[in-house]
Amino acid sequence: MDFLDKNDVFDRIRKDIADNDVVLYMKGNVAFPQCGYSAAVVQVLENMGVAFKDVDVISDPGLRQGIKDFTNWPTIPQLYVKGEFIGGCDIVRDLYASGELQDLLRKHRLIAD
Amino acid sequence: MDTASIKALIKRGIPEAKVEIEDVRGDGLHLAATVVCQRFAGKPLLEQHRMVHAALGSHIGETIHALQIKTRVA
Repeated sequence: MDFLDKNDVFDRIRKDIADNDVVLYMKGNVAFPQCGYSAAVVQVLENMGVAFKDVDVISDPGLRQGIKDFTNWPTIPQLYVKGEFIGGCDIVRDLYASGELQDLLRKHRLIAD
Repeated sequence: MDTASIKALIKRGIPEAKVEIEDVRGDGLHLAATVVCQRFAGKPLLEQHRMVHAALGSHIGETIHALQIKTRVA
């Protein structure tokens, strides 16, 4: 990927995480996750009843590498809330189990109290 | 990459850590690392995971197919 392409991808990511409260970069989509770890995060988000935008990185090779570079995180899925990187599958599951993820979403009024 | 090599990489990057690698499905592909280290104390989960990623370098997301990571202070 050359420098210009990368800037385009980064701009798109910035726009996505600014325009959407919760964004999940994943392999596949909500209806058809292509990876167990992506599916696990979808499951967590659906359990909490939070609205989110799913972005499939498999259909876009530039984005697949670009999101790793943007976040400085080597794996997918990646969850963003209010423009902030929360973590991958392991961290999301940990934060959900401890209730911290629910607290964060409540704080931002993305799920009901 | 096999479990012993992954364990060695993490130990090299974080020498104080206690590291266990489990082959979750017994297929040699889906692995889970538990990394216990006092140096994680007071650090957010994201940073703890980034320390493990740093130890694994370019292997993670490449020659390591799927690695779950669990970090603990003690």
